[in-house]
Amino acid sequence: MPKRVETVVLHDSSTPVIGDAQRGGSVVVTSLETLVNQARAHSLWPVTFGLACCAIEMMGAAGPRFDFARFGSEAFRATPRQADVMIIAGRLSKKMAPVLRQIYDQMPEPKWVISMGACASSGGVYNNYAIVQGADQVVPVDVYVPGCPPSPDALIYGIMKLQEKIKRGRAKTMTDLRLVELNSRDIVDIETTGVAG
Amino acid sequence: MAILDKVVKPLLSGMGITQRRLSHKKETIMYPEEKREQFPRTRWRHVLTRYESGLERCIGCSLCAGACPAKCIYVGAAENTDEARFSPGERYAARYEINMIRCIFCGYCQEACPTGAIVLRKDFELANYHREDFIYTKEMLLEPMHRD
Repeated sequence: MPKRVETVVLHDSSTPVIGDAQRGGSVVVTSLETLVNQARAHSLWPVTFGLACCAIEMMGAAGPRFDFARFGSEAFRATPRQADVMIIAGRLSKKMAPVLRQIYDQMPEPKWVISMGACASSGGVYNNYAIVQGADQVVPVDVYVPGCPPSPDALIYGIMKLQEKIKRGRAKTMTDLRLVELNSRDIVDIETTGVAG
Repeated sequence: MAILDKVVKPLLSGMGITQRRLSHKKETIMYPEEKREQFPRTRWRHVLTRYESGLERCIGCSLCAGACPAKCIYVGAAENTDEARFSPGERYAARYEINMIRCIFCGYCQEACPTGAIVLRKDFELANYHREDFIYTKEMLLEPMHRD
């Protein structure tokens, strides 16, 4: 029986700050890692990847009323080379899946994926031959946002959850910090040892 | 003088517009600190409600599961006995699960429910990290007992 979902406190005052002794990892990179994680969590630039109606709510979240530029998601980048996070907004068809994977591969490390809405996360009502039943079959998804479509504040909650995840990330070596882009062999190594994140 | 006319005056008039906008009402909702008032018919997280007496409203009829266009509800019914009574009717939902990530929050389950057991409330903060966490069980959905 799964546990009851606990309420996660999301205010910045509760997140670890530089010099927090409770965190594990190597002595060499602890403070640097916290600094890097804070910087990354507060400058998440999304790649423009609206697939369906969820994209409208994603645009609404970027508009003046909700304005997720307040969280550092300042600009939507039309090129994956300049983006940190991909918000899969809408149903992912099987024809679109290779394109999605290619754009994900073109994004520089470190990169994150938010699956926005019921269709991107699980297929939703479209349980048929044309729609990929969950974007996690194509790319690794960090945060799922349910809703059809999720309202802009629900998406912003998802972005805050992603920021929490990034701030919790731990590096054991300097390589794990990914300050420089690794070659593909190193990325495979990290993925198999499971320390990336 | 030409510089004054061509550069300084347009600059000042432009800044005047900026200054006038500063006194306008701010549109941005500072979301985590301040939440907007949701519309009256907003449909978000499901809740299984209870009667005043504390008995569950759900009678395990599975009409919600039949009405669901995404097929995301599972109802496992069981018989009430006099020793273990959960709902006023003959049967109750021993298991009630909703796949929150497949749900499209259409509210058809709420419409189909004959006893008004399942309602969609306005709690929209549902995002999470793993797909398994989105299977909401009866314990998570059921309203806590009234205490007074």
